[in-house]
Amino acid sequence: MTATLGAKPAPGRGRARSRHRLAVLGFMAPAIIGFVLFFGYPLVTTIVLSFTKYDLINPPEFNGLDNYAFMFKDPLLGKAIANTLWFVVVLTIARTVFALGVASVIARLKSGVGLIRTLCYLPSLAPPVAATLVFFMVMRPNGGPLDTVLGWFGVDSPLFFSDPAWAKTGITAIMLWISGDLMIIILAAILDVPQEQYEAAELDGAGPIRRWWHVTLPTISPVLLFGIVNSVILALQLFTQAVVAGSAGSGAADATGSTKYLGFPDNSTLTFPVYLYTQGFRYFDMGYAAAMATVLFIISFALTIVLVQRMRKNSTAEEGGPGA
Amino acid sequence: MRKHTRAALLCVAAALTLTACAAGKGGGANSDAAAAPGKDEKLTLTVWSNYSDREYEEVTKALKTFNQKFPNIEIKHEGSQDDDKITAGIRSGNTPDVALSFTTDNIGQFCSSGAFQPLKSYIDRDKVDLNQLTPAVQQYTEYKGNRCAMPMLTDVYAMYYNKDKLTEAGITAPPKTLDELYDAAVKATKKAPNGDIEVAGYLPTMGFYANRPTILAPTFGAEWEKDGKSSLATSAGFTEMMTFQKKLVDFYGYDALERFRAGLGQEYSADHAFHQGKIAIMVDGEYRTAFLKAQAPQIKFGTAPFPTSKNAEYGTAFTTGTIMGIPKGAKNPGAAWELIKHLTFDTDTIVGLSNAIKNVPSTKAAMESPKLEVDEQFKTFIDLAKSDKLKGNPVTPIGDAHIKAVTDFSVSYQSGKVPDLAAGLKEVDKNIDDLIAKSGK
Repeated sequence: MTATLGAKPAPGRGRARSRHRLAVLGFMAPAIIGFVLFFGYPLVTTIVLSFTKYDLINPPEFNGLDNYAFMFKDPLLGKAIANTLWFVVVLTIARTVFALGVASVIARLKSGVGLIRTLCYLPSLAPPVAATLVFFMVMRPNGGPLDTVLGWFGVDSPLFFSDPAWAKTGITAIMLWISGDLMIIILAAILDVPQEQYEAAELDGAGPIRRWWHVTLPTISPVLLFGIVNSVILALQLFTQAVVAGSAGSGAADATGSTKYLGFPDNSTLTFPVYLYTQGFRYFDMGYAAAMATVLFIISFALTIVLVQRMRKNSTAEEGGPGA
Repeated sequence: MRKHTRAALLCVAAALTLTACAAGKGGGANSDAAAAPGKDEKLTLTVWSNYSDREYEEVTKALKTFNQKFPNIEIKHEGSQDDDKITAGIRSGNTPDVALSFTTDNIGQFCSSGAFQPLKSYIDRDKVDLNQLTPAVQQYTEYKGNRCAMPMLTDVYAMYYNKDKLTEAGITAPPKTLDELYDAAVKATKKAPNGDIEVAGYLPTMGFYANRPTILAPTFGAEWEKDGKSSLATSAGFTEMMTFQKKLVDFYGYDALERFRAGLGQEYSADHAFHQGKIAIMVDGEYRTAFLKAQAPQIKFGTAPFPTSKNAEYGTAFTTGTIMGIPKGAKNPGAAWELIKHLTFDTDTIVGLSNAIKNVPSTKAAMESPKLEVDEQFKTFIDLAKSDKLKGNPVTPIGDAHIKAVTDFSVSYQSGKVPDLAAGLKEVDKNIDDLIAKSGK
């Protein structure tokens, strides 16, 4: 292909190139069709609906920027945004640090590695509803296992899922427990770090902590950045755990999903996606829900671009670094 | 660049077309009554409900009684279908002939959007006497004069009290006034030496179990709306309800109460605090009598109307229930109406179902039926249902957004975060009015 660069293509070659392009397009067609149908169409539709009044039953009616203007009047939207931002910051940091910590410990184990790795990964396979209910029972005050253990030391357990100041922490604990998928990815990256680099650092007199800080961490930083992007998206989309924790905390686990309990306690678990769902499917204002989804998409997109650019910069620096 | 613009415009146009198609599916809501099915016409009626397990079986049995009138109609009953699925079904064109909804929260939306077809033409044609239903039941099955649903059994709420706990506290009769309720709650409360609550006389936490604004509002004479506007701040009943509950919260201490509440069992489990003897007095629906007998036979309980501040209002109660409608796009609306009429008015069917799942019948005739199994505790609910003091759910086109707004505010107020009750209620009024105005209905 490179031989033809700069030269004018002969007529026959042009036809061949068109055929080649068509063939490539043909092979890519399933992916392109899937992308357009399952990403492009819903995205464009959501944006279009965000400028309408739409009750799910009757055809949408154009209402200009009404939905976007209403965002400034909506008292719950601010709470939902604040809660989601809390998760974006706290959950992202906690999940990445927790997964990195567990992976670093497992990487140093000499025996029983397979068993411990499996045990750490297993919770991430638990259905989110079941995992949340299990955590709710474990962290329940007045006789729950955690409360009993803390009681031995004369400490009252916090009111996870009942106190607005602790509810998000409770959900974060659940999310950490099920972060085995990220832990496995980071573990693979740690095990992939060339042994020679550790040996060289050791010869230079670096101890275990300095080796971890100066060798392990820089080498696995692209994977960590992926973990951060993944955690940010997870936090932006947090739904099931928030809904179930809110219902169980309000004594209505058997009525999970009822709007009356969403966000319990005091809307501290009302995340942006939960509120979006409530507006669309419970209050029948799909136009407003679409406007909220559009805003969420723009924020997610912007955050992802920033993080991906950061990731690219890092990998460029590595390639052009002293070792290159 | 021009290519990209053209592609983007094409995408938007395609999306608009497809969106309009999706929204338009399901056929129109017909205001003319569809003819009743012929006796020889073979057809299948699909019924969606949110029932499951034992209740599903009992409702299926009740549906089968329709075959005595129409043996040619087969009924296919699909359970575990909530309002979200009903709405999705209507949108996609996969519509049942009859939809049962567990809640009256969405009746405003169902009627105003045409999701449930108007029933007036059927009622007029068949000369149905709606006065067989109590006014409250009539109210929660329509929106702004558009009747799009009929009731299938009702729930009525009253006070439950643990006889042993009240006797231990030296209380000989169930409280009838708010002062008596406060007094009984204080006396029946037991605290450990460290201040922890062991038994709460009455749990005032708003939003927990059935202690909800909608259920309590009628007994305080609270009015949700006046002249089409939310009237929480101007209704003395709301202020009274909030201050009464807050007084009890202050008696327990908010933190101690929350610690106690957080450790209580779930509402529909055997661990329910009343079943466990951890609360002495509560408000709940008639269905709790069956739960208590099945799950906590050791609890000796009584029922009575919920206390009120004014003697004249004693006997006021909240009611809600299961509603039935013919969804937009239903394939057999004529037959669907016949089934709805049967389930709403056939006394034997209603009584049989009421006995089976312990709900209050929705017609006056069924409540008077000698076949209705009424014991001492259930009688309270039947008496309340027969009275003219029943009040239904406030109906709006915004689902239960208004109820959530009030519940959220009550919780904040009880926790001491609201310094000015009147100003806070005004703010909630404004938020509710904004939401209703935005819906345009």
